[in-house]
Amino acid sequence: MNFPSFNLLSQAILSGIFMGGLYGLIGLGLGLTWGLLRQINLSHFGLVFVSAYLSYHMATVWHIDPLLTLLILPPVFFLFGVGMQAVMSRFVISPFNSLLVTFGLTVIMESAIQFIWTADFRRLETHYNDQKFTLGSLFIPVPELITLVLAIVLSFSVWAAMRYTDLGKAMRAMAEDGPIAVAFGINEKYISRVLAGFCAAMAAVAGVCLALTFTLTPSQIFSWVGVVFAAVMLGGLGSPLGPLFAGILIGVSEAVTMVVTAPSWAPIVSFSLLIVMLLLRPGKF
Amino acid sequence: MKILNRVAAAITAVACLSVGGAIAQSQAPLVVGSTLSLTGPLSATAMTHKLVGEIYVDQLNARGGLLGRKVEWMVKDDQSKPDLARTLYEQLITSDKVDLLIGPYGTGTILSAMGVAQRYNKVIVNHTLGIPSLSKYEMAFPSWSLGSDPGNTVPNTLFDAVAASPKPPKTVAIVTSKFPSIHFMSLGAREVAKKRGLQEVLFLEWDFGNRDFGPIAARIKDVKPDMIWVGDIALEGNMLLDAMKKIDYVPPIHFHTYPAPGPMSKSPDGNLALSMSIFEEHAPFTNNKVASDFIQIYHERATKANMPDIAVEVQAAASYAAWQILEAGVRGANSFDDKAIAAWIRKNRVNTIYGQVRFDGLGNFGDDMMKVKQVQNGKWLMVWPAQFAAPGAKLQVR
Repeated sequence: MNFPSFNLLSQAILSGIFMGGLYGLIGLGLGLTWGLLRQINLSHFGLVFVSAYLSYHMATVWHIDPLLTLLILPPVFFLFGVGMQAVMSRFVISPFNSLLVTFGLTVIMESAIQFIWTADFRRLETHYNDQKFTLGSLFIPVPELITLVLAIVLSFSVWAAMRYTDLGKAMRAMAEDGPIAVAFGINEKYISRVLAGFCAAMAAVAGVCLALTFTLTPSQIFSWVGVVFAAVMLGGLGSPLGPLFAGILIGVSEAVTMVVTAPSWAPIVSFSLLIVMLLLRPGKF
Repeated sequence: MKILNRVAAAITAVACLSVGGAIAQSQAPLVVGSTLSLTGPLSATAMTHKLVGEIYVDQLNARGGLLGRKVEWMVKDDQSKPDLARTLYEQLITSDKVDLLIGPYGTGTILSAMGVAQRYNKVIVNHTLGIPSLSKYEMAFPSWSLGSDPGNTVPNTLFDAVAASPKPPKTVAIVTSKFPSIHFMSLGAREVAKKRGLQEVLFLEWDFGNRDFGPIAARIKDVKPDMIWVGDIALEGNMLLDAMKKIDYVPPIHFHTYPAPGPMSKSPDGNLALSMSIFEEHAPFTNNKVASDFIQIYHERATKANMPDIAVEVQAAASYAAWQILEAGVRGANSFDDKAIAAWIRKNRVNTIYGQVRFDGLGNFGDDMMKVKQVQNGKWLMVWPAQFAAPGAKLQVR
């Protein structure tokens, strides 16, 4: 075991916070669909990557600023999410079956990405890549900072919307007891489609952030599943703030593990945290 | 007499039919079966191997095929899964009844294919087996000539190269993925560094699939080594360099075992990155007409296939060499019999796109033909040994 310098530890914690922000951003839509629509939507990861590739394409081929793609992709993905929910609600799908169906969709998305952009690595090279500033002795990269800010703003906005707006209250009521909510006049079909569309739009935002910070290859879709699932489950299903806080907790834990012990111990951290939580709060899942 | 005439006519007719059948059979295409990881985690380099195979089969058929038979290549997708590769090779042999086999390109899938080939006594030439000690089948031949002890020879070649540079390193940080065909080589680098008097200031391991390289970059920056040995595969090297750039650190000398060649050479952070290679598309390698013709066709087809990186380097060269070894074996043995082909390959040297190779060492590996290459101005150039260096190129350090 090493005892890292203060600067090394601080830089690592910062890196973990940024990584946790991305976990939280990807987990936001996933957790809401899981908790409120009772669908384990694996295709959320596929949508994140489709969005990442589209923003890569728009930036490199059409020369659109990657941040401007945030104005284009989420509305398009919203419509896709609405359409997908319309199809899903046509059939009565149990949470477990939704896992299988959306796994199939993810494989289709992976194949489509590979067909269009090939399996080769794609890196979105923009002026944002080189932008960073220092805070004392700490280096703060701009793309990661953008991701973290978006994750915080979106998570708190969703939390506030669910707490203080009629639509948000209706969503919570529907998740609590669907038939009773319908009896009180809530339009379940409309609410679930809006929610599914919103979650798909969140996947689009996460995809743009992913393209800004990572090199892309289609097969990486599944490498995010484990850790984001852990963040969603730790944070609480259906909680808008949970995945963000849990993501940051996991990110920081992994980063500290990397500087204090061997980096190969880091992946154990997120799943150990999840197991501990499952043991301590079994009724929550 | 009439009866005798009829018997003679019948015998003649049967003989004609038999000869006709034999001619038709000899003209039936020769099918070579293989799998490639067209999908899954290893799929990024699959297009290279697929394209090379297609080019080679076209060239081979333009030369009249193999022993008078047109060649067809049956390729299946093993999805980067060794267990699926095993099933598919079994299928190729028993159900598709292919005549010859050629291997896949990842160590895990190669070992699976090798097991099946062994069960059916089929000769198999594989592309990029990274752990020679695991090659136990006498009819399996590697096309990637990295010698039988790369854990020792690769670090020695590298440390020879940097020792001859303008700033020979005194300290080294060894950071490595735990990916099997890399990890043993990084452990070898530790031993070699110790023997050569290089001080190891940091040793770190990460699991394959690690996403956050920030803390690793911070730890490297903290110890400020003269040189970094990065035991990486695919994008890991790019991710580490990216993380270093974000904390304003540029390593003086950095070596990468198996980087993704395109992204590493195209990234500004990858400038002066070192790696190992058997072939790069410049002289003296391109002095060979087969190589220069292949490079030209590969460029054309890779451009048409919308591949982001169209350069011919290690993977493409190893893939082309695999087909050359199989062709040489068949022609040398003058037969499609697997045992005869294997016996010929083991006894002879084969001229490949990257030089003459032999197969009489441990695991049928021959000479260590690994060289050191470096990214200079966005291109991979061989820099060591000097006789293989690109014209005017020398190993550069910061």
